[in-house]
Amino acid sequence: MAYAEQAETEALHEPKSFLTKYVWSQDHKVIAIQYSLTALFVGLIAIVLSGLMRIQIGFPGSLAFMDASTYYQAMTMHGMIMVIYLLTALFLGGFGNYLIPLMVGARDMVFPYVNMLSYWFYLLAVVVLLSSFFVPGGPTGSGWTLYPPQSISQGTPGVEWGIVLMLVSLAIFIVAATMGGLNYVTTVLQARTHGMTLFRMPLSVWGIFMASIMALLAFPALFVSAVMMLFDKLLGTSFFMPAIISLGQPLAHQGGSPILFQHLFWFFGHPEVYIVALPAFGLVSDLISTHARKNIFGYRMMVWAIIAIGVLSFVVWAHHMYVSGMNPYFGFFFAVTTLIIAVPTALKVYNWVLTLWRGDIHLTVPMLFALAFIVTFLVGGLTGLFLGNVIVDIPLSDTYFVVAHFHMVMGVAPVLVVFGGIYHWFPKVTGRMLNDTLGKLHFWITFLGTYAIFFPMHYLGFQGMPRRYYAYDNYAFIPQSAQELNAFITVIALTVGVSQLLFVFNLAWSVFKGRPAGSNPWGAASLEWQTPNTPPIHGNWGAKLPVVHRWAYDYSVPGIEQDFVPQTVSAEELEQMRQLSAGTTIAGVKP
Amino acid sequence: MSRLLLRNADGADPGGSWNRDPRGTEAGEGADRYQIARTGLRLFLVVVSSLFFLFLLAFIARSQMTDWQPLTEPLAPLANPWQLWVNSAFLVLSCIALQWARMAARKARLDATVIGFVLGGLFAMAFLMGQFWVWQQFVAWGYFVAGNPANSFFYLLTGVHGLHLLGGLIAWGRTVAKFLQRVPLPQLSASIELCAIYWHYLLGLWFVLFALLTSTPQTYEAIARLCGLR
Repeated sequence: MAYAEQAETEALHEPKSFLTKYVWSQDHKVIAIQYSLTALFVGLIAIVLSGLMRIQIGFPGSLAFMDASTYYQAMTMHGMIMVIYLLTALFLGGFGNYLIPLMVGARDMVFPYVNMLSYWFYLLAVVVLLSSFFVPGGPTGSGWTLYPPQSISQGTPGVEWGIVLMLVSLAIFIVAATMGGLNYVTTVLQARTHGMTLFRMPLSVWGIFMASIMALLAFPALFVSAVMMLFDKLLGTSFFMPAIISLGQPLAHQGGSPILFQHLFWFFGHPEVYIVALPAFGLVSDLISTHARKNIFGYRMMVWAIIAIGVLSFVVWAHHMYVSGMNPYFGFFFAVTTLIIAVPTALKVYNWVLTLWRGDIHLTVPMLFALAFIVTFLVGGLTGLFLGNVIVDIPLSDTYFVVAHFHMVMGVAPVLVVFGGIYHWFPKVTGRMLNDTLGKLHFWITFLGTYAIFFPMHYLGFQGMPRRYYAYDNYAFIPQSAQELNAFITVIALTVGVSQLLFVFNLAWSVFKGRPAGSNPWGAASLEWQTPNTPPIHGNWGAKLPVVHRWAYDYSVPGIEQDFVPQTVSAEELEQMRQLSAGTTIAGVKP
Repeated sequence: MSRLLLRNADGADPGGSWNRDPRGTEAGEGADRYQIARTGLRLFLVVVSSLFFLFLLAFIARSQMTDWQPLTEPLAPLANPWQLWVNSAFLVLSCIALQWARMAARKARLDATVIGFVLGGLFAMAFLMGQFWVWQQFVAWGYFVAGNPANSFFYLLTGVHGLHLLGGLIAWGRTVAKFLQRVPLPQLSASIELCAIYWHYLLGLWFVLFALLTSTPQTYEAIARLCGLR
């Protein structure tokens, strides 16, 4: 029996108690909210850490507690939290959980119990990570890449407890991500409703689906490196640790290969960029199409581009290691693959722009964020082309140019989509609209602010300002003008950081006081907006699952007065709509 | 130009034409619960394969360092790995028993299913105890985990493999508990099928690990050259 038919015949076991409904919930929507709130919470911690770092860089010595160790600890935790515990968790655990079943017409994820476990393992990973702030020595300060031998050698902050907790937390996170990923992929493959073919799925689902597959294949690399480093740290093995003299004493390790760790880490690390980017690509495609009232340009091309990027992202990892002393032929290979992956990525950007072209663009808050994403991703992507070339990367590798690049492409751009996505789907989640004025204020401060922060960093990088230093005063090769620019960046960064409270306030206020949204405030065609209840109730669809007749992008269809056609509208119903529209027009003309 | 772009947008997409009759509205895509569970398990096995593939690549890369002391040298513990052969026999028996239970369940033969399933789990436990015994032998001979990277990998790989089997035994134990609660066989056949698939995979994986752990440095070198690691 097909899933959709079976789902219609089975009784819905709606949770009754508060605990099973809101805490130990197996409902994908509740789990999505749990994931999202936890991710946003740790994200705020990471923003505070970045503020502390910026104060130190812009105004050295103004924070009494900020020494080199504290700075590196803040840097490490900021990077790891943002990449793993915020962006990955929010895109897959938050958006993935909420949108996949609703967008493919399922009642829930196919393994709801495992889905629930996934969230609680994620929360455990977060708790273990944050607990490192309170152990002797504090969290690890080895940089978010955790390169050995430094990360487990004396002299590095958090070498006793911090690094162990970080590695254990990562291992737990990977277990959580695997449980979630198995759910997302299997749900897409097996639980689509009547008529929902793969090539009728919204691009959001395609992006999250491909990112989940990549996560399932790439996270084991991080798991392997974390386990092997834990062995090196706790059991004294020498997987990664070479013979080394530390603080004047030879260590017991010998023969290990730090480069092996780098390969394993980046075999995870580069796909991780696209594990974050592909869901962003998908979500932004839906945002642009909906708010430009125009079908997405080149849907099939977009899908194949997502798949191509997913595959190619597994053969570019060593472009992060040009300065590790690799064989020049390897450098050539990875530079070529890096340039090749730009092709499907550029194709997506062209298609977004062509979707906008002559569209009926509504400058709503989600659309503003989507447009901002396109330009930000373009800027970050272009500097990626610079750095993908070995000869350019080597002089720039340890400068602020790299900091600017990866923050634009992997930090700001996906975060803009996160915001756009939340402004877009918040009405479906809560039944209320977010405040528009606050939203626009939040957008302009964030968008202009991030440019004011990261654009000058490109210039600082070209000037040769090295990254990873905790204080830039008293270095003869760093001019005073650079220091002034650093102070400027810090002021803007603090402003942007504080302005995120506008967003938090807007979320909290609008949940209770926001304007009622109705079931489909944006006039969107995709399935999640066609639920019988808003917010959707347990089981999503009532007695019968929806039947899908078309793709998710029928906007501004000629001859139809309503400027969108939901996926659930059949050919016959469409014909009726057409006749009705013709009648309306005639009736409108005659008087 | 405008019309060309619009035509491309419409023509390129299957659902883009609003005149086109939709396909697949009669039968929903997808499958029943067992099919879903089997897909989930297969995906999980892909993840496990990725995990061990990366462990093995790390193994090969590390084996090319000069401090590697092979475990297959004449006086080393794996010069004559007869204990590992005994353990392998237990795992093979475990898989046979589970396969027998799987086939009996398909024919709705309860007694044979229960016997096969329970025996499968017991043989798997024997395998795990055998592996632990090998670890004790290693320790007794002074081959500690940090003594040499070859030792480290032996403990690591056999340990991770054993943990996966232990996870399988938890699922096995839950199914045995349901047998004891007299849950009807048709409701348990999916669990039996999934256990059997998982066990067969772990047997195959064990033979790959066994072959690699007992190979000579020359074999490692050949693989390393093939992979561009040397």
